[in-house]
Order: sequence, then C-alpha cells, then structure tokens
Amino acid sequence: MQRKILAALLATGVFAAAPTVHAGTVTVITSFPKELTTAYKKAFEAANPGITIEILNKNTTASVAYIRELPEGQRPDVMWASAPDAFEVLASYKLLQSAPEVINKNAPAKIGSYPLNDPKGMYYGQALAGYGIEWNTRYLKANKLAAPKEWTDLVKPEYFGHIAISSPSRSGTTQLTVETILQGEGWDKGWSLLLQMMGNAAAVTDRSFAVPDGVNNGQYGIGIVIDFLALAGKYSGYPVDFTYPTMTAVVPANIALVAGAKNADEAKKFMAYTMSVPGQQLLFDPKIARLPILPYSELKPPAGYPVPQDIAKRAKVQFNTELSGERYPVVISLFDQMITFRLKELQAATKAIQEATAALKAKPNTRGNELLAQARSLAYTPLVGAENVKNKEFLELFRKSRRDVAVAKELTGMEQLWSDKARANYDRARQLATEARGLAK
Amino acid sequence: MSASTLPVPAAGAPVRRTAAHWGPWLAFGLITAFLLCFLVLPVGTVIYTAFVTDTGALTVGHFTNFFNQGVFRESFFNSLQVALASTFFASVIAVPLAYLTVRFEFRGALAIQTLGVLPLIMPPFVGAVALQLIFGKNGSVNLLLDDWLGFTIPIMDGLVGVTFVESIHYFPFILLNLVAAMRNIDGAMEESALNLGARGWRLFRRVIFPLAMPGYLAGAALVFVKVFDDLGTPLVMGITNMLAPQAYLRITTAGVDDPLGYVISVIMIAFSILALWLAARVMKGRDYATLQKGGGALQKRRLSTWESLLAYGWIVLVLLIVLAPHIGILLMSFAQVWSFSVLPDAYTLAHYATIFSDAKGMIGNTLLYCVLAAGLDVVIGTAIAYLILRTRLPARQWLDWLASAALAIPGLVLAIGYLRLFKGVTLPFTDTLVVQTWVLIMLAYAVRRLPYALRSCMAALQQVHVSLEEAAQSLGASRLSTIRRVMVPLMAGGILAGFVTSFITAAVELSATLVLVSAESQAPMSLGIYLYMQSIAGRGPGAALAVLAVLVVALGTYFSHRFVERSRTTVASTAKA
Repeated sequence: MQRKILAALLATGVFAAAPTVHAGTVTVITSFPKELTTAYKKAFEAANPGITIEILNKNTTASVAYIRELPEGQRPDVMWASAPDAFEVLASYKLLQSAPEVINKNAPAKIGSYPLNDPKGMYYGQALAGYGIEWNTRYLKANKLAAPKEWTDLVKPEYFGHIAISSPSRSGTTQLTVETILQGEGWDKGWSLLLQMMGNAAAVTDRSFAVPDGVNNGQYGIGIVIDFLALAGKYSGYPVDFTYPTMTAVVPANIALVAGAKNADEAKKFMAYTMSVPGQQLLFDPKIARLPILPYSELKPPAGYPVPQDIAKRAKVQFNTELSGERYPVVISLFDQMITFRLKELQAATKAIQEATAALKAKPNTRGNELLAQARSLAYTPLVGAENVKNKEFLELFRKSRRDVAVAKELTGMEQLWSDKARANYDRARQLATEARGLAK
Repeated sequence: MSASTLPVPAAGAPVRRTAAHWGPWLAFGLITAFLLCFLVLPVGTVIYTAFVTDTGALTVGHFTNFFNQGVFRESFFNSLQVALASTFFASVIAVPLAYLTVRFEFRGALAIQTLGVLPLIMPPFVGAVALQLIFGKNGSVNLLLDDWLGFTIPIMDGLVGVTFVESIHYFPFILLNLVAAMRNIDGAMEESALNLGARGWRLFRRVIFPLAMPGYLAGAALVFVKVFDDLGTPLVMGITNMLAPQAYLRITTAGVDDPLGYVISVIMIAFSILALWLAARVMKGRDYATLQKGGGALQKRRLSTWESLLAYGWIVLVLLIVLAPHIGILLMSFAQVWSFSVLPDAYTLAHYATIFSDAKGMIGNTLLYCVLAAGLDVVIGTAIAYLILRTRLPARQWLDWLASAALAIPGLVLAIGYLRLFKGVTLPFTDTLVVQTWVLIMLAYAVRRLPYALRSCMAALQQVHVSLEEAAQSLGASRLSTIRRVMVPLMAGGILAGFVTSFITAAVELSATLVLVSAESQAPMSLGIYLYMQSIAGRGPGAALAVLAVLVVALGTYFSHRFVERSRTTVASTAKA
C-alpha cells in the first residue's frame, strides 16, 4: 500500500522534476557570493529583456567536477570564479572555448606585470583582486596590539596565536599570496618568513572564506585574505580594516565560456556585459567591494576606494606566472606537510623560541645565543632547498599521474619524509630554545 | 537477561516455510536492485580508482603507499579517539534525558524530547559558526569569564573542540532510539524488579538499561560511525589530521586525481562496517523481546522533591549547552553586527525580509525531498529488518551490510558516482537528463540516510516478540496482514524514530547537494543557508533561513511525536476493550 503511494508520488515527481529551460537562458556556474551574482543577474536581465540568467552556485572544485561530468550540450554556459588554476584545469580537459570578442578594448592588457587575460585566450580577467592583511579593530584593542602593516610585522612575538590563513592547497588566492612572498623575498628567505609567520598562526583553515569570516566575528585577530572579502566586511559595518602590504600582487578574477555551451551567443552577451562600463560600475557596491579592470577615468568610483593600478605600481614584486605554475605542486605540498599538518609542533617551537629570545635579551648568554640560533635555523629552514626547486627532474615528478603506483610511492614517500623531518626539527628546536632560555639567568 | 523474557533464543526462531513463499524473495530482489543502482554501482565507479594504476591494471599498491604514511596513522588514531569520546559524552547527555522523561512523571517531557532532537536539525557548519560565537576563544562565554574571573575555557580548540561539537550534534541519535526502546519495555518487568526490591541506580543498571540495550546500541553505533566519518565539523574547526578531512582534501584539490583520497574512503567504509558488525555481535545470541509493549501498561514513577530539583537542574543545564547553537543562530538572525562582543551591537528584522522575498521555494524543496527520502527509507528499512529477523533467506544479512555501508560513503563520492553512472541518461519520454532533475538529489538523501532508518526499524522489530505474530497467524491472518495489522503498529515508535532521523538529517545534508543541484530553483534550504553563509553580508539572512529551517523541521518532529502518542493511546484502548 505504502509502496504504491510512493510509486505514484515518484512517478508524478519525475515529470514535475524536469526543469523548464527556455531558449534564452544562460546558466552561469560560479563560486561568487550571492550579493554579487544577484546584482549582475538583475542588472543584465533589465538591460537585455528576453534573456534569463540562471545562477548555479558551487564552490570552485565542485564546479570543475560538475562541468567535467556533464555531456556536451548540457553543460552550463559560463564559468565565473577567482582561482586561475581551476580555469587551467578546465582548459586542460578542453572544456573551455575562446571568445575573444567579449573583451573590453578599454581595459589594460596588463595589471602591473600580470597579464589581464589568459595568454592562450581561454579565459578573461573580469575584476581585480589584491592580497593583504585584515584585522578586527576590537580584537586588537582588547589585546592591546597595533595593526600590522607588512608581512614582516606578523613574525613579532606579540602576534602569537592571533593570525589565521587558509591552506594554499585549498585556496588559489592563498597560493598566490604565498608565491608572491616567495618571489619577493627569494625561496629560502621567503620560506623562513612564512614559517615564522605561521608559527604565530592560530589556525590554517580549509576554506578561504573562513579567514575573513573568523576575523569579522572576532575569532581571529588578524587574517591573510583577498581584498574584497575584507572590504565587504568593512563597508557592511564590521569593526575590521584592511591594508595592502608593499609585497603584494594584483591579479584578475576570471570569466570563461564553457565548451559545448547550450546558449553560446547569449552567454557571450553576458560575459561582455560584466566587462562593460555598467557591469564594472556594479563592483563598487559596498556588499561586493571588488576592484574593476577598467581605468577609473571611465567609471565613477566612491571616494577613497583603492586604485588597483596604484597598488600594482607600489607593489615590489614582479609576479612571474610561469615560475608560479612550474613549482605550484611543490609549494602547496611543502606548505601542507611543514605547516598545515604540523601546526601544533610549529607553534610550540615558535613559542619556545620567542620566550628564549626575550629571556636572552634581558640577560644575554653566549652559549644561549648559539643554541637559540640553532633552534631558529632548525625551525625556520625549508626542507626543499632553492637549488632543488629549480631541478627540472624534481619538478617533473610532481607533474606525473599519482595513479601510477611507483610515482605515488615516491611522492608519498617524500611527503612522509618532509612530515617526519619537520616534526623532528620543530621538536628539536623547541628543546634547544628551552635549553637556551634556561641559560639566561 | 534471558530470565526476564520467555526463553526463546533468537537463533532458534521457529522454522518458517519461506522457500515456498514468493513475497520475501520479491522484496529481497527489489531492495537489492535499488541498492545496486543507487549505491553500489555509483560508488563503485568512483572508488574503483583506488584499486587501479593509470593504465587500468589492478593493484593494491595505493594501499601500501598509504599505510606507510605517518600522517595517516596519526589521522586514524585521532578519528578513533574523537569518535569514542564523542560516543561517550553523547551517552552522558542522552541517557539521563531519555530515562527521566520516559520512566518518570515529568512535566514537559514531550517538549524536552523534541528540544533534544533540535541539534540534529542544524547543519554542522552552521552549528560550529554559532558555537564559535558563544563558546569560542572570543565568544560570549569566554569574554564574560575573562571579564569577571580572568580566565577562559578553550573548549573549542583542537580535538577537544571537535569532540564537544560532535557530542552535542549527534547525541539525539541515542536519545531518539533510547526513548523508543524504553517506551517499548514491558512495564511488568519494572514492576517485578521494584517488587523484588530493586531501586534507583540498581533498577536502572540491572533492568531498564539492559532491556533498552537494542535502542541504545543502535544509537551509539550510529554516533560512532557518524563522528568517525564526519567531514563538516573538523573542516569548519580547522582540524585536518583526521581521516575524513584527509580524504576530502585529497579528493577535492582541483585537477589532482589522487587515488589516496579514494583509498581513505575505502578504509572508512570498511571501518564503519566493522563498527556496526561489532555492535551486532554484542547483540547476537541475546533476546530482548518482551511480550507486552509499554504503552498503556507503562507505569510512570514519581520523583521526590529533591530528586526532581536535581533532575530539572541537570536537564536545564544540558539543554542550555546543546541548544547554544540555536540561541546563537537566533541572535545572529536578528543581529546587525556581532563581532568580539558578548551580544550583537544592534538588532534588525531586515534579514527575515530578505529571506521571505528570496527563498520561498527552498522550504518546499526541503520538505519534498526529505519526506520522500525518509518515506522510502522506512519502507526499505522495515522490509530489510523483516527479511533479516523473520526469514531465513540466504545472504539476507548482506542487505544490512550493504545498506549500512552508505553511512561511510562521503556524500561527495556518492554524488560524483551518480553524475558518472547516469551520464547521458534521459527521463523516459522526455529529453531531460536524469542528472538535471531533483530525483537524484532525493535518492542520494534516501541512500545516505537509509542506515538511520534501518537501525531504528531493526531495533523496533527486535523488541517485538515473535509469538505475537505466531498468534496472529494461527488465528488465520495472512503473512501480509500480520505485517500490516500486527507488526507495523507494534513497531510504530521505532519506525517513526527512523523516519524522523532520516528526515531531519536529510534536511541538513550538504555535500551531495552541492554537487547534484543543477539549478537554483532546485536548491533546498541547507544549500540556501550555505550559500548565504559564504558571503560577508549574507550571515544574517543565512542565520534567518537556518532559524526557519529549524522551526519547520522541529514542528514536523513535534507533530509526528504527537501522532504516535495518539495512535498509541488508541491501540491501548482498543486492546483493553
């Protein structure tokens, strides 16, 4: 009986379930927040009667999986997201098609040294984003801390346990930040800076959004974030502020036409709209707070709004995309093995080193200083040297398919080695620092 | 144990003439086909990756690689530790709540039982956000403690934090099953024990708790398995050294096709089945059936003044802690800005206005998918329980293992499996793709929540004595009408517990939803909350939608409880007449 009712329900459900997609519908798959997509949907539909925008909101990884699993002709039309690596993946599976006619000719070809559009012509910059430091003003006041201005400020002992970052293996934007620091300071010095900063970290989060979210609600004092998330918080009334350190890079968020799209022509209209003057003007909405690609001479920016060209000009780093792409798997894997998975040990070592440094400053001791130097070198040296990371064979290994058992064995063996070594180094560093502190009497 | 029931060992259940009967075989075939199509094959297409090399040859090399990793061993022990600790603390919360409200005269017992289910209704990531605001490092409680007493409690940090969140999120599994089990205990057992001089703790430990054991174990095994493979909570709290996050991180890093992620999935599946098997082992060879059901025969005892003061105090404390996420979400839904302060700065109704203009369809979607999914679950669950406990079909135990394996399948894996398996398949008579309809979302819910319904149905049937059915059959009732007129009514409490658990946990399902939703018009509330919560300005509306979701599901739960209470009274009065 129940089964019959259920079967009947199911049968009616199956027919009711068929979505009604009419001719003028453009499906946009995106990881962007609802405020942004809703604003664009409304504005575009008003300007182009007859075309409906259907937003499909998925995180970047799920978007890639979703497009890959659908047959041609059934895929969404437009992919719109921040992380360039997702577009690279889609392009490598031949899931994107070029649409050079949508590009706005008034936008510059490069921002700083970074090309605005994909050099291979598969995806295009639609907005700009810079990376920097966000902080919660109430949190800093309650903990009597000054606002940091540069990455180097974040290694100071007073910031211990107050910083949050997301893992570069999870967040394309963090990967760019990490790479910017590595390119700006050089491999060895850059890692040393990163490890010291991360020794002060309270958390390495999985989602990039968790960092600004945590800073907004006061869980973390300081976060390493992409600008628009911090600015949207600030303009929405949260007690937070944001700064671009001099060592930053300004890079584009992208939009692309999916290969085998149902409505390619209308989809192109939407893409062109997002890069047009009215489309770019929408970015200034306080709930969106993104940087436009068009120069400010064509738009009406609110007073005091950051100017991407100025930030790019001020930025010390000439960002090298090729280098970044080449060593991408090494950087994210090393970061996870040395920092994400070993955060507890790194924190403990850092705490011990900071206490020993303070103690020895008050009461110097030669032997103590030696031990402390050893501890610092153990804790803050990357496990892969600058020479190694230039080695083509070494880099090639990370490009091979992990489905090959021998390759996977070599890679997991290496990760295991890094993980063990990192833990041993941090533990030893903590012991040495504790010993050094004992000598300061 | 066996002294308190008729001496009918489960293993020696009366021989039935099943071979000649086609009914059970048909049910068996249908269920097997369902599980094959919507669980085994989709998951198989995905985890197959764990067993092959890039050329497609079979290998176990990925497993050896995996076991050589130190991070894995650490993750494994962390997961195990958190799962065991959470099961323990969940029991500490749930057992007194169930005992006090079922076996004693207690004002507001029904309200307490309904409130006790609320934690399940909240998606774990929302719960964690709210708990951070209340118990976090700079949450309300710690800010107050720091102000008044100068210290803070780091209860939201590390593995302790995960255990804390998991315990208060999953204890309702035990509560629901235990309440159903305790209601079913024959009142005569308790009276005999009282007559023989058993009182207080001894009565509970030697008589009540053992008799309710099937329900308790069903709930506790669920808590263990759920915590063991829960992904959302550790991720939101930033803990990566556990099995589920490790698998997730490896599967979802864009463009990296890393078989290790699938290896972890296989290991988690194996381990969950092992845990459930152990729970079944404990039950094996014991008989928990009593002839008379609780219902009208249940004599509720009275508490003395002191005892009730203590009991109410404990319940209020527990409810305050377990309902903290809801209080937090409620405040968030009215808050303009809430940051580093005990309470929000200012209040507004704007978020609710946003929700009512934006998100109407989502409520309907949630109800539609979840009612269908939970309905399907209890039908299949009851059928499987019947096949296992009342027939002697070969390989019937496999249905249980298969269905329970769904517990350990990450939603992501199941969803990707659906997309792959049903690629290019269109609905009959149309050219709409199956993967673009909501049917798959509903089926994913049904498959993922089937184990909950199944455990409850099994526990319910275990408590029904087989002689009741024999009596019905010897009075001339056919097998089908015995099931319909005798067994299902006797199992009603357990079936309802199963329906409610399936329904409310399906309502907060997210990981499969994220992959399977193909248009915003199909989005259920859980996805809506998630999308709102992913933007800075969307916190308030997200919280408002979560409040709405909790209300809708809580009302549903409350009315189904009422429904059972009423039908129980009807049954009892008919029995007397």
